[in-house]
Amino acid sequence: MARPLINVPASVKRGQVFEIKTLISHIMETGFRYTTTGAQIPRDIVTTFSCSYNGEEIFSANLYPAISANPFLTFSTVATESGTLDFKWTGDNGFAESATAKIVVE
Amino acid sequence: MGKTKPGATRRAVMLGGLAGGLAATIRLEPAQATPERMRAAIRTVVGEASIRKGRVDLEVPPLVENGNTVSLAVSVDSPMTATDYVKAIHVFNEKNPQPNVISVHLGPRAGKAKFSTRFRLADSQIVTAIADMSDGSFWSASADVIVTLAACVEGI
Amino acid sequence: MSRRAPRLGPIIGRVTAVAFVLVAIASAANCADIPLDQRRSGYLDLGRDSKAMQDDDTINPATLWVQDGEALWNQKAGAANRACADCHQDATVSMKGVAARYPAFSVARNGPINLEQRINLCRSEHQQAQPFAYENRELLALTAYVGRQSRGVAIAPPDDDRLAPFVEAGRKLFNRRIGQIDMSCAQCHDDNWGKKLAGSLIPQAQPTGYPIYRLEWQSLGSLQRRLRNCMTGLRAEAYEYGAPENVNLELFLMWRARGLLLETPAVRP
Repeated sequence: MARPLINVPASVKRGQVFEIKTLISHIMETGFRYTTTGAQIPRDIVTTFSCSYNGEEIFSANLYPAISANPFLTFSTVATESGTLDFKWTGDNGFAESATAKIVVE
Repeated sequence: MGKTKPGATRRAVMLGGLAGGLAATIRLEPAQATPERMRAAIRTVVGEASIRKGRVDLEVPPLVENGNTVSLAVSVDSPMTATDYVKAIHVFNEKNPQPNVISVHLGPRAGKAKFSTRFRLADSQIVTAIADMSDGSFWSASADVIVTLAACVEGI
Repeated sequence: MSRRAPRLGPIIGRVTAVAFVLVAIASAANCADIPLDQRRSGYLDLGRDSKAMQDDDTINPATLWVQDGEALWNQKAGAANRACADCHQDATVSMKGVAARYPAFSVARNGPINLEQRINLCRSEHQQAQPFAYENRELLALTAYVGRQSRGVAIAPPDDDRLAPFVEAGRKLFNRRIGQIDMSCAQCHDDNWGKKLAGSLIPQAQPTGYPIYRLEWQSLGSLQRRLRNCMTGLRAEAYEYGAPENVNLELFLMWRARGLLLETPAVRP
């Protein structure tokens, strides 16, 4: 399966607000579609997302079937110190995905 | 006038039984979201508090090429300090099968109360974003979106 | 009791109007190709957000496939235990310009093959591995990765006499009416591009970005998938993936788009 696509600036100044972009591969099956024979296609979506900065959660989201396939989410945070950003996605059918990114704060 | 044929009575009983059997197996279609459902979903989040218009900027293209993937950007006018920040932003829709789109949880560490995503719209409808502030107040903005469908649809 | 005969005047008027429109469309068929300097990529008709999605690799969902393709490029496969990289080394160098000149003539097949078929030929002949099924995720990923190396390159169908009869076959298919709707590709995409069909803009159908991330599919897909969509849309039975008719059509479409720049992987509605 495809790796999550994470985009953070290469380096930021302390106190600067910077944008984080995330994109993962997921079908986000709504549960409202039917096959040609009338059977309901079961829901299979990402339901939660969270981002931690050096261990402290800075952003989280609850996703619903209305979110498009290959969920795309961007948000911001304040640069405090250099370290690691941890990203986690969970969803139906035990779906779990994670990624990390390094952030350099000058 | 005239007597009912015996076959008709039997047929009626059979059809009645069939209908009863079918009723047991027929699942109710999920109700389409309506403006009332959207309002009810908003009330679940907001409770009895009043919702003021303003401070929230909801950016959606007014005319969408394809309802499957619509760009959405929400930002809220807030200093995002430890004492004055946006706790959460909730987005709702009017006509999809479900009224919720996304709920994001922020805090002072966000720096900016701003996020973007891509979502689905089943039909031309109103989209509403509600900001839940640290002082307990709620602010909202809405956008009316027109959705066109792809002309050449695949399969089925 | 007799009923009043329906007034024929308005009915004749309406039928004449419809017939006139159909005749107008029919007579417009087999008109000239779009003049070379009027050809344009569907990118130009995208909304602001879709353009931004295509322009920025960090937010283009197609990048998920390109990433996978890069991993596959370097992965050993098949009984020969060979990776694409073992023969072709760095794709950013060896694959530059390749997608811009496909479909190309294959001696083995005695006819044109598209990029997907070329990748599968490499798999079976040089890697001794099972060819991928059409629209399979790995095949799309590899095609997207190889195609990405030609982004910005002008579409340049090979100057190969052997391809000429197949380009002509593709042109005939492009101009042939099909399906219950009984229309040809040319009637929409040569004669009525820029106008609206059920609220959607009719593009010229220049394949400048395949495989594309199509918002309708919410997934990456090949040109053949798009062609089959159109045929189904016309209520015709679509040719199977890999059918010579599809490859001839692809070949003709790339010839028709010669000189336009490749945008692979593009975003389209």
